[in-house]
Amino acid sequence: MKAGRLLAVIITIATVVLVIIGTIWPNKTALAMMVGTKATTVHRPTSPMAAAEILLADITERNWQGAYSRLGNKSEFTEGEFERDMVGTYPSLRSQATLEGFDLHPLHATDDDAQIRVDMHWSTVVGEFQGVRYLHVVRNGSEWQVDWPLVKEPHVPPQVIPVNYLRWDVIYRGHEDDWGTQDVESPHIRIVDMNPVGRPGEVAVMGEILNEDVVPAFVTVKASLLRKDGSVIATENAFDKICHTLLPKQVSPFRIDFPNVSLSEVDSVRMQPSSSLIAASADPVVEIEDQTLARSPHAELTGKLVNQSGQVVNIAHVLGTFYDGSGQLQWVSDGYVNRALLPRTPATFALPIPNDIAGKINTYRVSTSTFSSSRFQ
Amino acid sequence: MRFVFAWSLGVLMAVGLTTAAAAQELQFPKTVAAGSALSVPTSGSGTATLYIVGPTQVLRRPVQLGENIVFERGQLANAGHYTAFLIGAATQAVDFDVTPEAQPSSISFLAKPSRLAVDLHDGISGVAYLFDIYRNLILKPLPVSFQLSGTASPVQVQKVDTRNGVAWVKMNSATRSGTAQFEADAGGVTEKRVIEQVPGDPCNLRMSARAAGDRIELQTDPVRDCSGNAVPDGTIISFTETYKGTESTVDAPLKRGVAKTNLPANKGAVITVAAGVVLGNEIRWQ
Repeated sequence: MKAGRLLAVIITIATVVLVIIGTIWPNKTALAMMVGTKATTVHRPTSPMAAAEILLADITERNWQGAYSRLGNKSEFTEGEFERDMVGTYPSLRSQATLEGFDLHPLHATDDDAQIRVDMHWSTVVGEFQGVRYLHVVRNGSEWQVDWPLVKEPHVPPQVIPVNYLRWDVIYRGHEDDWGTQDVESPHIRIVDMNPVGRPGEVAVMGEILNEDVVPAFVTVKASLLRKDGSVIATENAFDKICHTLLPKQVSPFRIDFPNVSLSEVDSVRMQPSSSLIAASADPVVEIEDQTLARSPHAELTGKLVNQSGQVVNIAHVLGTFYDGSGQLQWVSDGYVNRALLPRTPATFALPIPNDIAGKINTYRVSTSTFSSSRFQ
Repeated sequence: MRFVFAWSLGVLMAVGLTTAAAAQELQFPKTVAAGSALSVPTSGSGTATLYIVGPTQVLRRPVQLGENIVFERGQLANAGHYTAFLIGAATQAVDFDVTPEAQPSSISFLAKPSRLAVDLHDGISGVAYLFDIYRNLILKPLPVSFQLSGTASPVQVQKVDTRNGVAWVKMNSATRSGTAQFEADAGGVTEKRVIEQVPGDPCNLRMSARAAGDRIELQTDPVRDCSGNAVPDGTIISFTETYKGTESTVDAPLKRGVAKTNLPANKGAVITVAAGVVLGNEIRWQ
């Protein structure tokens, strides 16, 4: 009986001690929970790294109010501007992105300030994108605070941009029509280039497809890898490594990846392009400026997108086609711009290129497809 | 003795049935036009039941032997092979055919493609199926006239006889773009389809450039195909500027026959223009 009481007392004391420790030195998960309940104001970071970590935990939780309240330079901008820096002013990939993780790299530190590079890993419906910020952290009494390097979205001055809109609408055959009544013809498309490439652990089938018709086409490309005996090894489609909406005479590259297949197994490739009519718009027109190929240390093609129309583009998808010296297609790469494209405002992009292919590249071609929430395409 | 008795009974039954069969006779014609009214005489006396089995159709009807069996117009409408069974004191089966009417009532006209480039030899195909009023395919050869007419091209006419109910032709698309009427006519019945003849690839694609501040304004000449037809608006024209290892590109749609855009003005830059796989001229900006 005595032993039981003693055990109860020990458990009670241990619980109280652990609660106190957990409150004073919370771990990351607990901190995030506290951030979620907006109880973080009680916690005062006592090091530059802790200040950055707590701020980024707030950003992870999309607790803009809590994050803003921690900043050392909040007098320089409003909470709304801080939020817009994170999620964008207009709907874009960034608006629905989640900060999945971050890496902090201290660059230098003194007793009163520190410089930290933060690599932010954002997750979106089309994959991950990276964001890099350089944080200046300053001591304010016993507390450390982050001076947030605000990136202000460019402001487009009020103006009228005349655009002659051009769009196609489609009327399909009705159910009451006779079986002999023709339906509207599917657009005529053609694969003008195709090249299967073997890479470590995969085969990539790449090519270019042309809409040779006078109407817009929604195109898809499917490929099957065949063995010598004609049996199918695998069938895949281009998914988002293609521009699906092609206007008349527009060319799109495509890449179809076959993971866990070796090129030596493949005897032939069966291509299945398909097209259907689609209501589409010829606008907006996007200029791709300053395309530059960097070969080292990480091969990539960079450039800027400039929306020449007056309409905001919410999501821009960039596709790069890379050729060797003989004009043979070597690689197709793609990427998204995570901020909305404002009229006549450049936005940067970068397309990664595998290092083993970068050395072969001689020429390239870049194209974009866009999505605006207020319109088709 | 038992064998002789059985044999005699069999003979008597056979004679009896034969007599009965002879007594109820069905006199169907060998062929009947689809949907036509029909009167079939019967002989004998008493009642029987008539069954008619044909394509997609089975009829059952009580019959007073000795009177005519009357079929109203449209009762035997589906063309094909039929068998009539008259079941009374005996059973009689008669085969007959229902044939389509000779006069077409409708044409199912397949014209493909509904849109094609100008100046294509045998680019348009037309297939006509002739049906009578009961939607029976008319197998008897009948002449069909196909006619392709457009606003800016001479009329093309071809006359073809159907084979097994189908007639088909191939025709050339016109050299001028525009909408053409494709007609199939048989026995006074006409069916029309619309064929859109569209311009081909751009030909002699040319652009011009002029300075506009720190930009170059680029504009194509009116874009036409090799037959002189204006290439439709919306066609993508690609402008590419190459300067010191960097490139700038714009895919601009044709609007009102021309494509326009602007690119950075860099001295020494080379600007090219293309539409699909067709290349245009090149400008070196000075």
